[in-house]
Amino acid sequence: MSLATRIIPCLDVTGGRVVKGVNFVGLRDAGDPVEVAKRYDDQGADELTFLDITASSDGRDTMVQVVEQVAAQVFIPLTVGGGVRSIDDIRRLLNAGADKVSINTAAVQNPDLVRDAAGRFGSQCIVVAIDARRVPVDGPAKWEVFTHGGRRATGLDALVWGRRMQDAGAGEILLTSMDRDGTKLGFDLELVRAFSDELAIPVIASGGVGSLEHLSDGVLVGKADAVLAASIFHYGEFTVGQAKRVMAERGIEVRA
Amino acid sequence: MRIAVIDYGMGNLRSVAKAVEHVAPGAEVLVTSSAAEVLSAERVVFPGQGAMPDCMRELDARALRPAVLEVARTKPFLGICIGLQMLFDHSDEGDTPGLGVLGGEVRRFGSEGLMEDAGRRLKVPHMGWNQVRQSLAHPLWQGIENLARFYFVHSYYVVPADPGSAAGMTDYPRPFVSAVSTGNIFAVQFHPEKSHTAGLKLLANFVNWNPWSVGDPSLSDRPSEKR
Repeated sequence: MSLATRIIPCLDVTGGRVVKGVNFVGLRDAGDPVEVAKRYDDQGADELTFLDITASSDGRDTMVQVVEQVAAQVFIPLTVGGGVRSIDDIRRLLNAGADKVSINTAAVQNPDLVRDAAGRFGSQCIVVAIDARRVPVDGPAKWEVFTHGGRRATGLDALVWGRRMQDAGAGEILLTSMDRDGTKLGFDLELVRAFSDELAIPVIASGGVGSLEHLSDGVLVGKADAVLAASIFHYGEFTVGQAKRVMAERGIEVRA
Repeated sequence: MRIAVIDYGMGNLRSVAKAVEHVAPGAEVLVTSSAAEVLSAERVVFPGQGAMPDCMRELDARALRPAVLEVARTKPFLGICIGLQMLFDHSDEGDTPGLGVLGGEVRRFGSEGLMEDAGRRLKVPHMGWNQVRQSLAHPLWQGIENLARFYFVHSYYVVPADPGSAAGMTDYPRPFVSAVSTGNIFAVQFHPEKSHTAGLKLLANFVNWNPWSVGDPSLSDRPSEKR
């Protein structure tokens, strides 16, 4: 008996609607966050992550309403990220029913934000999202942190940054490979493994999942504590239940 | 029925309140920092998030300690996460004295050294779905499978002075007490409000629980002011 590896579907939300082709048989409204969340919940998702992809800061209130509606009906952990910039943003999302808030660009712009937030709300609800891209170097692999949805280079070494965020009080790291994101080639396993070995806090692997085997690889090879995926679940290719069966067959402990 | 969820300003209580409302549609669920409202409720949920020193400080800042001590003796009482830890004598987190309702200590995972399980480094916080071994029969476990999984997120765990008060055990990697029971108190390290079917069932059981009913084996120290 031990801790189960988590499978986390990720939903992109804007204007109060789930976007990017959610394609389930029998959904009345594929854009309704509550309906989509319930479907993943039924499939056995261990957590859900909502990413607010609204570019401007208008419309943030809609995200708060989405969280309120989902939290009233889906009783598994909810993480919300995208555009979280201040203690006040975090408080509003937590009060709306989010269990964790994920901070990305704002953590780089203001490293004290993570420390303040962890001090105020507890490390358990502060996720630091790191978008990392490989740096072409000879010798040991290196990755650089990117912000603004992967568009802006920061010059920060991803592993050093991850350690700093852990020391600042992050409760876990959501680690996305920019090289693999959207490719369906699988996780950057070397990146995931480097983080998992380096950090004492849980690491969620993200970016590149194209098959169910990729999820297992993230755990068995990358040593990830949790795996996050979007498109393989959204387009109805696979269910979370199928993913868990494959993981269980490969000896990974999952929640039935 | 009125159920008070004690609000001392630490974290999100909405999830707890929503889950209780979900399983007890007829009940009035009150998220409150008023001692009078806590004292007048029929059942009390004592949640907690964040760091124990802050939780104790905020509880006292709202002068809620006497009310919590009172209802911990007199009403069906459910502690959750830090709400479990605060019931004990002392926590290593910030070297903080607790409420002393239950004898024992709160310790940090891995303080004995790096934790490994089958060659894999174990992370702190202990975060995710883990199994609970029901170590005694209790009305709150009714209809919940032994070894059912619940959602955990914590870096500290309780070590009760009375091993007999353990109602549930979980391995990470060594066994720790993940639920305690004594008289009218049931308290859990995991988050029932985030634990899907098993968690909702536990909350429903709490809503229907009468610690003072005849023949209830969990009844060990019946208070004089029974309600």
